[in-house]
Amino acid sequence: MTSVTYHDVRLMEPAKTRNYLNVDYGFFSWLLTKDHKRIAILYMISISVMFILGGFFAMMMRLELLTPQGDLLTSDTYNRFFTLHGIIMIFFFLIPSIPAVLGNFLLPLMLGAKDLAFPRINLLSWYLYIIGAFVGLVVIITGGVDTGWTFYTPFSTQYSNTHVFGTTLGAFIVGFSSILTGLNFLVTVHRMRAPGLTWFRLPLFVWAIYATSIVQLLATPVLAITLVMLMFERVAHVGIFDPALGGDPLLYQHMFWFYSHPAVYIMILPGMGVASEVVAAFTRKKIFGYKFVAFSSLAIAFLGFLVWAHHMFVAGISVYSAMIFSFLSMFVAVPSAIKVFNWTATLYKGSVSWQTPMLYILGFIGLFTIGGVTGIFLASLGIDVHVTDTYFVVAHFHYIMVGGAVMAYFAGLHYWWPKITGRMYPEWWARLAALLVFIGFNLTFFPQFILGYVGMPRRYHAYAPEFQVLNVMSTAGASVLAVGYLLPLIYLLWSLRFGPKAGPNPWGAVGLEWATTSPPPKDNFHETPAVTWDAYDYPAFLTAMGETQHV
Amino acid sequence: MSEHPHEPLHYVAPMWMYITVFLSLLVLTGLTVFAAQHDLGVMNTPVALAIATVKASLVILFFMHVFHSTRLTWVVIIASFLWLGVLFVLTFADYLTRTWGLQ
Amino acid sequence: MSDAPLHGDEHEHHPFLQHHFEDMGQQHEASTLGMWMFLATEILFFGGLFLAYAVYRTTYEQAWVAGAQLQNLKLGTINTAVLISSSLTMALAVHYAQLGRRLATFYCLVGTLLLGSGFLIIKGIEYHAHFVEGLLPGPYFTWHGPMAPKVELFMTFYFSMTGLHALHMIIGAGLLVWFMWRTWRGHFGPEYFSPVEIMGLYWHFVDIVWIFLFPLLYLIGRHA
Repeated sequence: MTSVTYHDVRLMEPAKTRNYLNVDYGFFSWLLTKDHKRIAILYMISISVMFILGGFFAMMMRLELLTPQGDLLTSDTYNRFFTLHGIIMIFFFLIPSIPAVLGNFLLPLMLGAKDLAFPRINLLSWYLYIIGAFVGLVVIITGGVDTGWTFYTPFSTQYSNTHVFGTTLGAFIVGFSSILTGLNFLVTVHRMRAPGLTWFRLPLFVWAIYATSIVQLLATPVLAITLVMLMFERVAHVGIFDPALGGDPLLYQHMFWFYSHPAVYIMILPGMGVASEVVAAFTRKKIFGYKFVAFSSLAIAFLGFLVWAHHMFVAGISVYSAMIFSFLSMFVAVPSAIKVFNWTATLYKGSVSWQTPMLYILGFIGLFTIGGVTGIFLASLGIDVHVTDTYFVVAHFHYIMVGGAVMAYFAGLHYWWPKITGRMYPEWWARLAALLVFIGFNLTFFPQFILGYVGMPRRYHAYAPEFQVLNVMSTAGASVLAVGYLLPLIYLLWSLRFGPKAGPNPWGAVGLEWATTSPPPKDNFHETPAVTWDAYDYPAFLTAMGETQHV
Repeated sequence: MSEHPHEPLHYVAPMWMYITVFLSLLVLTGLTVFAAQHDLGVMNTPVALAIATVKASLVILFFMHVFHSTRLTWVVIIASFLWLGVLFVLTFADYLTRTWGLQ
Repeated sequence: MSDAPLHGDEHEHHPFLQHHFEDMGQQHEASTLGMWMFLATEILFFGGLFLAYAVYRTTYEQAWVAGAQLQNLKLGTINTAVLISSSLTMALAVHYAQLGRRLATFYCLVGTLLLGSGFLIIKGIEYHAHFVEGLLPGPYFTWHGPMAPKVELFMTFYFSMTGLHALHMIIGAGLLVWFMWRTWRGHFGPEYFSPVEIMGLYWHFVDIVWIFLFPLLYLIGRHA
């Protein structure tokens, strides 16, 4: 199937059908909604605002790093900026992103359900996010925090003069948003699948969200209690984590990373789920090795809990436990690699079309692989001693988080945009933006691998002069990247009013979400569907839908 | 309908079950206090934790009806304790080996 | 028409059926599963404290023994019995709700509330005694026995673990009042008792936390 054209779409609106967007108007119909689709949109707006804020801090950092001297920002300010960049991007953008926006919108649709299991708890999740974000914003306005997003003790508990308590409180609150979302998703997948929708007929996006939800459910509470102990220590100074009082700062790190390593899998697993959907749709094939991909999601979720101390190799843990964690960290790469192999095998002899979602996902596969492979370098103890706390690590995680997760989020946004809004985005502008993102991203972060390897440490506002050329390249890349991110903001908003209207299945893809109108009605389906087709089974699905061509 | 029927919990436990579990819990409480007041060497702590585990199991299996619950409920409970176990085991893997190889 | 709930046949649906569920059975299964998932997060939440406690217990064993000696064994044991009794009344409340016995359910919930409050009162007495002895960690710590700084660390764990536990009990007490009201109004019966059941699950979980806290905080080194 080649690209879709919309030249013959009528611009005259037919009688408006009722869908979840126009069934109710008014402020409170949105703020008190229990509709998972509206809650997804509330999240979409909120995290976009936080993304821009986090990006602002990144831009300031990159501007400072144009010159070796610390001349734009004082070191104190720079410390606050990299801390806030990390906190905002991780807790307020990446962790919610795909689950809270795409997961919320799509999960009931993909399962053939009317809503999630607990719609009011879903709304509560969003409010907790907003309250946590509000606390964070107050912290930022009143001076921010400078401990790094990792809040290592005893600096955070004893010596920092910034708003540690407020920031950890904000993170604590937003953590419960994440926990409740995960809980909701797990119960929904277990108890609300449509008739005929067995586990192995589920879209792989659902498997990925399911695995993510397990991680959210079981890891986040440990972060919560760790932050509570941190807040207590900050106030009472009893020595839970302070070595001068007999405490162990490594205990803090163990507990912090028990969450924060699985957290990175919360950030990447949903992106992998999007990748499976997009690859299947734009090759018109079922995913090669469906069960391998499904089980790999679960394996990543489980194994991701066993590797946390690779963040502590030089912190003072015993070398014997370091060896255990090193081995486990290499092992966790295996299921991710299995997925990459399976997506690649799906591409082989597929009928590939190059729409924007596919462009983003192809970028995702390549960049995630680079990021993941450099993770293996870091898992190796000898190499880690050399490059830890350098820009090598910074490049590694940005390849996965930005080259991986953010690109997957954009892929998903574009792929499901017609379903969510009933409008198509402008394809050529979107492709341009995708290209700018890809170029800008690589120009920003590839030099950082080199910088780290030759010894530039992270979290410093000044650096040795020989590092300047690569830093200038990196900042130039960041500017291109910024343009690449700005464009979708503009054209996606534009499309809401002027984009061509989309039919129920503009991509001709397989999945229950494509079996209902774009946008869907409030209760998702006019009749509860019964599933008789396997995942990505194009002929069976299209027959069931009674169509021989899409749109 | 989904593959499995949606039936509310129909199992109604008999009264003697509740009373028996209650009395057992009180007895075990007395037992743990009694054991704590005797020197069992290194076994004091394991004994105390074992008794606590038995008490907790009684509450879980009978007061919380897990004995008659779905397999999924069992999976959730076991998984939680398993994950907690991972937290303990891998953290202590560091603490217990820090002095290995040192004089 | 598109917003009305979908019904194949014309049976009366239960007044407490939420519209996104197919039937009461699915709703019941979803709510109990949801509560179990929530309890899983609570296990990990308290678990973090237990981990930190365990790490410092192995590091500062003598101070932990000293700290445990400072606890009131008699009150702690009584409190354990009180909480176990409240678990019994809570379990019976669920039992009677399943049988549709409104008054019996109500009285059992009242009993649970009274026993739970009794637990909190005794806890308050213990906390007060600790305060008077200068054992509150932080700026108010004025106790001057041996290994005082490490005993202060023990007391930090004592107060955070029992404090977090007590906070859960207070929330539980509030929920009990709500469910007492709902029971009185006749909301529950054999076809709809899941709120009472999940209240019970929560209450029993809080009981189980105490079952572990008691030996860990009160029973170390009690053999003379």
